[in-house]
Amino acid sequence: MAELDTSQKGGGHKKGKKKTKKASTRVDLTPMVDLGFLLVTFFMLTTTFSKPQTMEINMPVKDPTEQGKGQDTKASQTVTIILGENNKVFWFKGLPDTANYSTTDYSAKGLRSILVDMNKTTKDLVCIIKPTDKSNYRNVVDALDEMSIIGIKRYALVSDFIPIETEKIKNL
Amino acid sequence: MPKVKVPRKSTNVDMTAMCDVAFLLLTFFMLTTKFKADEPVVVQTPKSISEIKLPDNNIMSITITKDGRVYYGVDGKYNREKLLKKISDKYKIQFTEDETYAFSLTSAFGVPIQKLKLYLDLTPLERQNIQQPGIPIDSTNNELGDWIMQGRLANPQYSIAIRGDGDCPYPVIKKVIATLQAKNVNKFNLITNLEAKPKI
Repeated sequence: MAELDTSQKGGGHKKGKKKTKKASTRVDLTPMVDLGFLLVTFFMLTTTFSKPQTMEINMPVKDPTEQGKGQDTKASQTVTIILGENNKVFWFKGLPDTANYSTTDYSAKGLRSILVDMNKTTKDLVCIIKPTDKSNYRNVVDALDEMSIIGIKRYALVSDFIPIETEKIKNL
Repeated sequence: MPKVKVPRKSTNVDMTAMCDVAFLLLTFFMLTTKFKADEPVVVQTPKSISEIKLPDNNIMSITITKDGRVYYGVDGKYNREKLLKKISDKYKIQFTEDETYAFSLTSAFGVPIQKLKLYLDLTPLERQNIQQPGIPIDSTNNELGDWIMQGRLANPQYSIAIRGDGDCPYPVIKKVIATLQAKNVNKFNLITNLEAKPKI
C-alpha cells in the first residue's frame, strides 16, 4: 500500500559498485489518522444537519376598499376558539351572541378532543382562531398546530373582537 | 519436551487505509458543514408537528424576543449591502464604507435606523454586549415595514421567516403580521421546533 517495493528483484548489483543502504519509505501514519479523526469529530459536532422547521401561513389578501367584508361561513359549521391568558382556551360553536361558551386547555384531552369530535360530526368545519392580547405566541402556534394535527382544512387567524365575545369570556 | 517455536508476527498495522477513511470523512464533513449563523438573541421557538424545512438561502428573518423586541436580518453579503444602500437613500443617512462592510457581516440587528450608524461604528465585541432596543413597529413609526419593503426590493426572492419566542405576547406578533400584510406579504413562515405527531 503505502510502502514502495524496496527489495531488489533480479538484476543484482554489479561488482565494484558501492552498496548504498536503502532507507525504508514506510511512514508511520498513526498520528495522521489521529489528526484526521480529530478533525472529523470536530466537523461532525459543529455541523448542522437539521434545518429549522417551519409552518407556512397564508393570510388573506387585505383589500383596503373592502374593509370588514370577509368571507361568510355558515354558523352551524363554524367554531370559534378564543385564546385567553394563562393558557386558557374559550370556544363556542355558532353565532357569538347565542352560543354557549366553554373553557378548555391545550392538552390532548382538552382542545384536541373537542375539535376531533366536532370535525367528525360537522361537515366542512371552519375554525376561527382569535388570540386575545393576553395570549402569547406559543398559544397561537399550538392552536395552528392543532389544525394540522386534526386535519381541519379551513381555519383563519382573526384578531378583531366583537364586544359580546369580550363580555362573555370575562364571565367565564 | 521440544518447544514449539511460534513465529513472531509484526504488530505493525498498515494505517494507510484507515487514514484514507479518516480523510474521506473529513472532506465530506468539511464540504457539508454550514456554521450556525450567530444569533444576536436567544429565542426559544414553540414546537409544532410541521416538517416543512426552511430553505437554505434567500431568507429574511424577523426575530421576536420574549420581551417583544423585534430584530431584522437578511442573508447574503451582497444583498445586505444593496439593502443598506436603499435604506440610506430613503432615510437620507450616509454610511461610510466601513459601516457598509460592518452591515454586510451583520446577520440580524435590532436598532432603530437613526441609531444604526452608531451601532455599526461599534466593534463586533461591543455590538454583542449591548442591549439592542429592537426595531420600531408602532403604527406611527413602523421601520420594520420599510426594512421589509426595501429588503424585497433588494432581492425579490426573499421568503420571510418569523422566529418568535414562545412566551412573546401576542400583540407584538399581531403588529408584525399586520406590518407584513400592509406590505402585501401574505405568505410567510413561522420557525418552530419539531415535535412528534400525536395520535388522534
